Amino acid sequence: MTQRAHRNPMQHDAPDHPHSHLPSEPALRVKALETLLTEKGLIDPAALDEIIDTYENKVGPRNGAAVVARAWSDPAYLQRLRDDATAAIAEMGFGGRQGEHMVVVENTPETHNMVVCTLCSCYPWPVLGIPPGWYKSDAYRARAVREPRKVLAEFGVTLPDGQAVRVWDSTAEVRYLVLPVRPEGTEGFDTEALAALVTRDSMIGTGLPLSPEAT
Amino acid sequence: MTRPDPVFDAPWHAQVFALTVHLNETGAFDWPDWAARFGATLKRHGVNRNLNGGEDYFVAWLETLEGFLADLALADPADAARLKAAWEAAYRATPHGQPVRLS
Repeated sequence: MTQRAHRNPMQHDAPDHPHSHLPSEPALRVKALETLLTEKGLIDPAALDEIIDTYENKVGPRNGAAVVARAWSDPAYLQRLRDDATAAIAEMGFGGRQGEHMVVVENTPETHNMVVCTLCSCYPWPVLGIPPGWYKSDAYRARAVREPRKVLAEFGVTLPDGQAVRVWDSTAEVRYLVLPVRPEGTEGFDTEALAALVTRDSMIGTGLPLSPEAT
Repeated sequence: MTRPDPVFDAPWHAQVFALTVHLNETGAFDWPDWAARFGATLKRHGVNRNLNGGEDYFVAWLETLEGFLADLALADPADAARLKAAWEAAYRATPHGQPVRLS
C-alpha cells in the first residue's frame, strides 16, 4: 500500500490504480450531458437529486396498495375510482408525473386484467413507482399481448378456465392500474391490513393479492 | 412484504432518468414525443436481440436522449463528446478518494 492509500478509509485500489475509479462509458456520457446542460442554464442539478430521491424513497407500490385497500373497503370511493381514477387517486395525495390520466381496470370472476406497455415502458409512477426490469423487457412487452396466459403461468398465476384475460396497453397518455379482487377471509380487515395484501404485481395484473394466511 | 429491489441498478440509470424527467418538466419536450422516440430506439435495438429491460434499457434511453437533445439544438453532440473526454481525463488525473472536478 502506498502512503496515499492510507489517506482514505474507502480506499480499495491497488497501488497500480492510483486514480479514481473510472465510470462506465454511458455514465460518462450522462455526466457530459449534465455538465453541458448545466452550463447552458437548462437544468438545475438540485432538481435532479430531488427527482431521484422521490423515486428511490418516496413513491412506490405502497401508494397503489393504499388506493386498492380503500376501494375494497369504501364503496363510495370505489365508485369515484371508476368514474374518474385520476381524481380519486389524487384524493389520496398521489398524483403528478405519469399519473395525469389514470384508468382503473377491475378484476372480476369473469375477467382478469393485465397491463403492458408495448411501445416502451409507460407505467403509473405516482401509484407504482418505477417499473421493474421485467416490465421493460422485450420478452414481457412482446408476449403479454400474444400469450398472456403463458406469461401469467410463468409468474405463477393460473386462472380458472372460465376467466378471460384482458390486456391493456399503457401509453404516454393513458396509464392503467389493475384493481384486484379482494381476497376471501378478509372480512373485518382495516385498510392497513388490506393494503399489506396488495402486491405490486397484483396491480400490474401479473400477480394476485396475498391471501390472509400467507402474511 | 419483502424489501423491494433497488429502483435503479446503477447510479447513471437514476441520473439519466432524472435528467429526462427534469427536461420534460422544464418544457424542453413533451412526454409523448419522448415516449415515441424511446419506443423507436427500443424497437431498433431489439431487432437483433432480446432486450432484458436492465442496462440495455437505459443504454437505449441515453441514446434517445442524446439524439433528441441534438435535434432540439439543446446539446450539440460535439460539445457532449468534448465534455465526456474532459470528465474521463479528470477521473484519470484525480487520486482515488478525492472529489473529481473538471479543470
